[in-house]
Amino acid sequence: MTNFRSLKNHIVKTAGGLTALVLAMAAFPASAEELHVLNWKGWGTDEPWAVAEFEKETGATVVHDYITSYPEVFTKLRTNPGYYDVVVLNAAFVGQAAEEGLLDEIDPASLTNFPKLFPEMRESPQLMIDGKVRGVAWIWGVTSVTYDTNLFQTPSTSLEVLWDPAHANRVCWRDDPEDSVRFAALALGQNPDEPQDMKAIAEKLRALKPQIKAFWKSEDEWRKLVAAKECDLTIFWTSSADRAIADKFPVSYIVAEEGAIAFRDSLVIPVGSAHKEMAAKFIDYMISKGFYDGWVKAGGAPVSANSEAMAGLPPHSLARKILAAPENLKRINFKGPLSEEQRQAYLDLWQETKAYFAQ
Amino acid sequence: MKLKREWIGLGLTAPAYAWLCVTVILPLAMMLYFSFLSKMPMGNAEPAFSLRQYMAFFQKDFYRFLAWRSLMLGFHVTLFCVLIGYPAAFVLARLVKGRWREAILLLVVLPFWSNALIRIFAWTMVLRTDGIVDQMLHFILPGAPSIGILYSYPAIVIGLVHSFLPYMILTCYISLQAIDDTLVEAGQALGASNLTVFRRIILPLSLPGLFVGVVLIFVPVVGAFMEPRILGGRQSIMLGTVIEDQFTEVFNWPLGAALSFTLLAIVSLIFLAAYPLLKNRLKVS
Repeated sequence: MTNFRSLKNHIVKTAGGLTALVLAMAAFPASAEELHVLNWKGWGTDEPWAVAEFEKETGATVVHDYITSYPEVFTKLRTNPGYYDVVVLNAAFVGQAAEEGLLDEIDPASLTNFPKLFPEMRESPQLMIDGKVRGVAWIWGVTSVTYDTNLFQTPSTSLEVLWDPAHANRVCWRDDPEDSVRFAALALGQNPDEPQDMKAIAEKLRALKPQIKAFWKSEDEWRKLVAAKECDLTIFWTSSADRAIADKFPVSYIVAEEGAIAFRDSLVIPVGSAHKEMAAKFIDYMISKGFYDGWVKAGGAPVSANSEAMAGLPPHSLARKILAAPENLKRINFKGPLSEEQRQAYLDLWQETKAYFAQ
Repeated sequence: MKLKREWIGLGLTAPAYAWLCVTVILPLAMMLYFSFLSKMPMGNAEPAFSLRQYMAFFQKDFYRFLAWRSLMLGFHVTLFCVLIGYPAAFVLARLVKGRWREAILLLVVLPFWSNALIRIFAWTMVLRTDGIVDQMLHFILPGAPSIGILYSYPAIVIGLVHSFLPYMILTCYISLQAIDDTLVEAGQALGASNLTVFRRIILPLSLPGLFVGVVLIFVPVVGAFMEPRILGGRQSIMLGTVIEDQFTEVFNWPLGAALSFTLLAIVSLIFLAAYPLLKNRLKVS
């Protein structure tokens, strides 16, 4: 009996303790607003110093979730409506997301830094749809070719170097259907937004078979490959290449005469966000000069859409060098929107090509 | 009385079945439903019933080539797991005694305590050119050519064998240690050689464990996508990675689901075909 009583007391005490703990935990979130941000890992919004600064300023808690491709944003928004408050989305996808009713309208008056954005970027038809702001221009950058500076005295100026047998089994390619098709189109002199001859593009991609060493999907994977000296040439992002150069990686960058691809990233607020006001504050902070200066200082930021912030780019940065050459700017192809059918066709083509590589 | 006992049994097992139903059956049923749709029923999409996703497998050659590749990967990984795992389990169950056995068993399950992704990234450090194996070789034989095999098919097999080997050792160990020693002694007393004892007594009695190990390894390896992607380089594409891309790159869950169920059907057919061969032997247990 005594044992039973002691057990009963123990249970009552434990239950009491647990209840107190649950109540304390329930009370805690009320004091800190939780902001859910969806982005690529290591792509600005999750810079530890920036998150700490924003949290200190606003009292909010920033929680990140990550993607490995932009279409994954659609999966996450469709399957978790109301969970995310701020999402980084390529401008080419904003129209499709808005049409599907996934994005809320953003009031530009709530953003003190909005007027400082380059007009052609903030009023881009990809982001301002039917007179309503669905996405706020944030950053942009170039995807092109890096080369090993220990190997190349004078870098090639043509994309054809990627198909050069001298670099067989030494090319590290971005595992991305859209970029693969766009680069093959550029190499063939076709319009990457509307390729005329997909058969020729398929053949051009197949011709990469002896060249490819490995594929990468994230910056971290690229770094592992280059650090292991596996690649003479890679397809890569300017800002990430800047970061790698700052970390003493022996790489440099070209914008080939056939062209390069450029992406424009924007910040959007999904429909159903419970913290719209805080989300707008976060976006305003992300497009501020202060944040961009800090990101550049931390190493390897892309190019800002904020005209004032652009002055923060160091003179040696690849982005600044590319921007300084008008002929480079002319050769850059800003990714246009693709339909779902095109995306599926590109994926099918890329998977078929990779299956051919594996034969 | 008997009826009451049945009710108690049902009541006690109901939570487990309910849990299985919610976590396994329900998501699978949803995926099966999606696989018969023309597109995902989300946003403005208006999906229709369609067999198009299943037809794609037969219309596009590369899906069948990749299914074959995935099956071969499953076969190779399972084969190496049997060749390494069964002898290891045999030694552990029949020859090692006492505390050593516990210590070695602990070492066998140790990989389960670390994250699978970390284990695979660790292999990239070992297998790459100028990696740990390469450096050791060059320390012993300076000037020897590199033996780095990262970004190749063998690298995928090594990573997966390492990940799945404990399943084979554990299932075989359980079967082997349950074999009554007196059966072995009786065989030996009747003049059977060690090989005959193994062939006629130990192997047949341990087949159930071996078979469970084969199933536990072959089925997930056929659908593997993470290990091939990280270790395989140009050889990374499998049906598993293609299915992953349908979900993450283009939001085509219907096609991803249809390819998954097609693969499931192929694997089920393989086991169904093997069942008559194994049926009598598995009855021993």
